Amino acid sequence: MRALMLIAPLLVFVLLSFVIPIASMLFRSVENGIVSETLPLTVEALDGWDADGDQLPDEAIYEAFVRDMVVAIEAKKHTRLGSRLNYEETGMSSMFRKSGRALKKLNPDTDGPFKDQLIDIHDGFGELQTWRVIKTHSVEVTNGYFLNAIDMQRTHEGAVSQPEDKQILVKLFIRTMFMSLIITGSCILLAYPISYLLATLPMRVSNLLMILVLLPFWTSLLVRTSAWKVMLQQQGVINDTLVWLGLVSDSARLIIINNQIGTIIAMTHILLPFMILPMYSVMQTIPVTYTRAAKSMGATNWTTFWRIYFPQSIPGIGAGSILVFILSIGYYITPEIVGGTKGVFISNRIAYHISSSLNWGLAAALGTILLGVVLILYWAYDKIVGIDNVKLG
Amino acid sequence: MTDLSNDAAFVEFQRVQKSYDGEILVVKDLNLSMPKGEFLTMLGPSGSGKTTCLMMLAGFETATHGEIMLDGQPINNIPPHKRGIGMVFQNYALFPHMTVAENLSFPLEVRKIGKSDREAKVKRALDMVQMGDFGNRRPAQLSGGQQQRIALARALVFEPELVLMDEPLGALDKQLREHMQFEITRLAHELGITTVYVTHDQTEALTMSDRVAVFDDGRIQQLAPPDQLYEEPENSFVAQFIGENNTLEGTVKSINGNTCIVTLDDGSEIDAMPVNVSRPGERTTVSIRPERVEFNKDRLHSDAHTLKAQVKEFIYMGDVFRFRMSVAGNDDFIVKTRNAPDAVRLKPGEEIEIGWLTQDCRALDA
Ligand SMILES: Nc1ncnc2c1ncn2[C@@H]1O[C@H](COP(=O)(O)OP(=O)(O)O)[C@@H](O)[C@H]1O
Ligand SMILES: [Mg+2]
Repeated sequence: MRALMLIAPLLVFVLLSFVIPIASMLFRSVENGIVSETLPLTVEALDGWDADGDQLPDEAIYEAFVRDMVVAIEAKKHTRLGSRLNYEETGMSSMFRKSGRALKKLNPDTDGPFKDQLIDIHDGFGELQTWRVIKTHSVEVTNGYFLNAIDMQRTHEGAVSQPEDKQILVKLFIRTMFMSLIITGSCILLAYPISYLLATLPMRVSNLLMILVLLPFWTSLLVRTSAWKVMLQQQGVINDTLVWLGLVSDSARLIIINNQIGTIIAMTHILLPFMILPMYSVMQTIPVTYTRAAKSMGATNWTTFWRIYFPQSIPGIGAGSILVFILSIGYYITPEIVGGTKGVFISNRIAYHISSSLNWGLAAALGTILLGVVLILYWAYDKIVGIDNVKLG
Repeated sequence: MTDLSNDAAFVEFQRVQKSYDGEILVVKDLNLSMPKGEFLTMLGPSGSGKTTCLMMLAGFETATHGEIMLDGQPINNIPPHKRGIGMVFQNYALFPHMTVAENLSFPLEVRKIGKSDREAKVKRALDMVQMGDFGNRRPAQLSGGQQQRIALARALVFEPELVLMDEPLGALDKQLREHMQFEITRLAHELGITTVYVTHDQTEALTMSDRVAVFDDGRIQQLAPPDQLYEEPENSFVAQFIGENNTLEGTVKSINGNTCIVTLDDGSEIDAMPVNVSRPGERTTVSIRPERVEFNKDRLHSDAHTLKAQVKEFIYMGDVFRFRMSVAGNDDFIVKTRNAPDAVRLKPGEEIEIGWLTQDCRALDA
């Protein structure tokens, strides 16, 4: 009981900062109460309407709609509904906003019939698609956001692909995975020799080296990324140096920013310490007597490394790779700054939906998929390498 | 026992010095010469430079000064993997990601020995240490003693002429250690390999070795066969370090050939053999083994000097009696007698006179 009390602050913290946000994200990715809450009568009335047919809804549905809207406009909820439906069908938002003023003047009890009046107020009310969208998205728990997240759409005919020009998310997912793999790979290649040196050099030298490794942590992430922007641009330090050395001609300066190369370079640099630290801590525990034993038995330096040292350092590579890969598939700032349009990640899209388009449901669905991918990778890694082989210290 | 006069030295340290930091010498002027087939133990307290010597011989550290020769060739420039020296480490250093058989097979593989040959040799080596059935286990699945055997087999499987062992039994319990001591010496002699064995356990050194090199402060204090080391220590460090020992402090009064008279600090005089003293007036520490102290006057020389002793404690140990006495101001003077039928059991408080044969009392450096 006392032990529980001791960890209570931690428990509360983890609950507040980790469990609750994730739970709320999972919830948001399927939650869709807004249509049935704002238009309860309409949704009920639309129940009997055949969305697959070519007949507009009848007068009863229009009347129900007017009743719902008058209440909604009073409560200023109609624009929110418009925005929600606009995610599915462009133009809905402006239609709800524009028709609000006129609808407000209608008295549901006396001003009927409404069908023609509504079509007069806005052409949209005379289109089948409007009512189909309302009907399709009236469910309270929807798979619509997830379908959107994989470039599909929930329609009255079931799940169908988005039109070609709106398909972007799957491509982004694939790009995110692919680039994260490349970043993880480059981190492994760069971090391995550094960690090896850290683990084998005399204490005094390796401490100095360790400070250099940790130095980036003392600088703001934003500053480091911006520095890369300066370094990588076409008139930047790297291009200038290459031109000066005569390796590239002035007219053919390398384009290494605002694309995937820029993102890969900057993120490899930024995530490198997260690869080095676990690798180093594993390598540090490999006793020097193993390599000495191998050499005394006649193994050359290379054989000793490859057959004795390397296999024992694999847990470090595994731990570092998981860490870097998971960090990089969710990375946001660096791709945003140096990635241009070609080098952005899925997380930049999530950020866009959270702060610009305000489509939080879609953002949550994308986040949930990302979480799922991480868990699947983690599981696969556990099956293949064994998670208890991962040592962080 | 090896014939030491056969002086074709197999391993030779010539004036070897070693410093890790360029300031402090951890090995100072080491000279050592070993014939083929010898079992030599480096014995010394922790930090005395034993491991450093072994590592220089194996090629993992380079000597700051001096030359190390193996079979007549200087080896300072030969990399470790070409020296063909088998090694056993204190923590065994068995490769955890390989099975026992793979561990043993490794030195054969890197020597490009064919598969069938390899398997035969691995099997023979495992049988040699009575571990024939354990080839498929991982090191982590073995007990400490079993790992020790595997480490031994692995160091021997490629038939090196020289094997180095750095405190190989340090992690085992007493009984297992005694058994392995026997096992290691048996194998070393059967296979005729030259062995350099490092330990800080003097019993181990005395029971196993042809010769023992006692290390202290980066120097060999004495290099001698075990009996000589015990009975004729050349300085007070060796006398103190090997076996149980009584010391008394005093000043040399006179020297006459093989005997000298030492005046102890309380004024009494004793006979001693001058070992590290050369002239009257020198300070000295005399050393007497507990079992060489005699309190039966009949057995002593008639004109031998004797000392007054008061019995402080009697300890019955079964095969021997052990007395703690106060002698010439030293309250920790130990006397041991065999539990023979005529042995006297002195009681605490009794006052007696003790003496010894002159050659058993060695006047060493102060
Ligand atoms: N790699 C090293 N770097 C610096 N000093 C060392 C190193 N190895 C040993 N020493 C020092 O050298 C001295 C002798 O050590 P060592 O040969 O291991 O002694 P032993 O094996 O007799 O206990 C010790 O004082 C130790 O601190
Ligand atoms: Mg040592």
